[in-house]
Amino acid sequence: MATITFITPSGESRTVEHADGSLMEAAVQNGVEGIDADCGGVCSCATCHVHVDPEWTDRVGPPGPAEQALLELQDGANERSRLACQVKINEALGGLIVRVAPR
Amino acid sequence: MCAASPACVIVGGGHAAAQCALSLRQHQWSGSITVVGDEPLPPYHRPQLSKGYLKGETGPDQILIRPAALYAQKEIAFRLGTRVVEIDWANHAVILADGATLAYDKLVLATGSLNRKPPIDGIDLPGVHVLRTAAESDALRGAVAGASRILILGGGYIGLEVAASLRAQGRAVTVLEREPRILSRVTSPEMANFLHGIHREEGVEIHTGVTVSAIRNGTGRLRVETKEHAVYEADLVVAGTGAAPNTQLAEAAGLAIENGIRVDETCRTSDPDIFAIGDCTCQHHPLYDRAIRLECVQNAVDQARTAAAAMTGQPIPPRPLPWFWSDQYDIKLQMAGLSTGYDDTVLRRHPDTPRCLSAWYFKGDRLIAADAVNDAIAYAVASKLISAGSAADRTLIADPHADIKKLINTSRGASS
Repeated sequence: MATITFITPSGESRTVEHADGSLMEAAVQNGVEGIDADCGGVCSCATCHVHVDPEWTDRVGPPGPAEQALLELQDGANERSRLACQVKINEALGGLIVRVAPR
Repeated sequence: MCAASPACVIVGGGHAAAQCALSLRQHQWSGSITVVGDEPLPPYHRPQLSKGYLKGETGPDQILIRPAALYAQKEIAFRLGTRVVEIDWANHAVILADGATLAYDKLVLATGSLNRKPPIDGIDLPGVHVLRTAAESDALRGAVAGASRILILGGGYIGLEVAASLRAQGRAVTVLEREPRILSRVTSPEMANFLHGIHREEGVEIHTGVTVSAIRNGTGRLRVETKEHAVYEADLVVAGTGAAPNTQLAEAAGLAIENGIRVDETCRTSDPDIFAIGDCTCQHHPLYDRAIRLECVQNAVDQARTAAAAMTGQPIPPRPLPWFWSDQYDIKLQMAGLSTGYDDTVLRRHPDTPRCLSAWYFKGDRLIAADAVNDAIAYAVASKLISAGSAADRTLIADPHADIKKLINTSRGASS
């Protein structure tokens, strides 16, 4: 069980507990605003764009090539951007903080 | 009607319905929201039905668009397992199959599409499957467990995705396509040929130019007869033969229909209090300057957001570029824009990566669409150029060693 904090575009901070699956699933299961996940988690739509807190970028790691290309289509993407559906949650990510990208 | 607490009824329980309900709450819709869906499940991701869900890799809970508890928390009510049989527009109410009525101030038709079944003898035999709902995917998965030879009617995206999923489970799969090539309605000959080759490599047999004339019960197997006289035997048949917009309620209510329910730029139908969203609609697209009907997730969710904005007096978001995806085997196909009417294709191959190709479609100087297999960068670059109505350097696109991201900086408007 990992504890994850999402900060939504409106500034709301939501801390959720999630056992497995992706960061996107953790957000959807808990109704985090701004994570739409239109494609259901298959790296096709970029509607689960988050900015990883600077202290966590090394542990979360960089996006893959397909993910990177979709991120480049997004306004406001930067070197801390990830698609939440492509980030698998594990114990090492306990305490992770991400900001939901505004759209 | 009560202006203080307006009622919104959404007919249909798919992705568009879910998004519309959620967007209404996001825009502070203060009244009631009731979604009437004829399936037992709350809205789910339909694209998974031919992929992970069919293979049993994801279960019903994992394909839900939002958990049921979230809708309750947002006071979005569901009437599932029932359907609307009539719109009583004069009294602003809908009538359900059980005779109950629901009053509305705003009505949203999100009725989706229906399977187009070819008029073939035997199309309704047990053992002939279609795929639109989770229940149909469940039935197909169950039947596949005891089948070794599977015949798929239709070489469109659904047929090919099912072929890939069942081939991955070791079944012998044959696809019969009526047209001279697969994907004839949705992509170019070059891209269709490339995808055909991938299916062949994976061991799927595809026969094009074949018209099924009848399906009969054979000895322990189904016997599929064709106009070309070839006969195919299979343990089960999947008909992936296209979809038609579900416009029955709208037609009966006298709403304007033109290849789907006609809606304006705010997704409003010819009745000012009735909106329509998703597969069942036909709407003018400014980029292509014609009315189009789209069967895709992108259109469902974007029209849902538009209708919700219109109903709550919010600014209408600009109409985005249509986009689509399909996952088959280890390939991700991403499509941007609509290629209809193109007059030139530029292919971008990658000599060292055989399962990687993009096809760029031009009309005159302007790039209007692109299909990319395992090349998300090509898809991303093309999306930007198409949205901007740009021309693009064809020599650079075709050069696998060139950095196509340069196109974004060097492109110029086609009309300039």
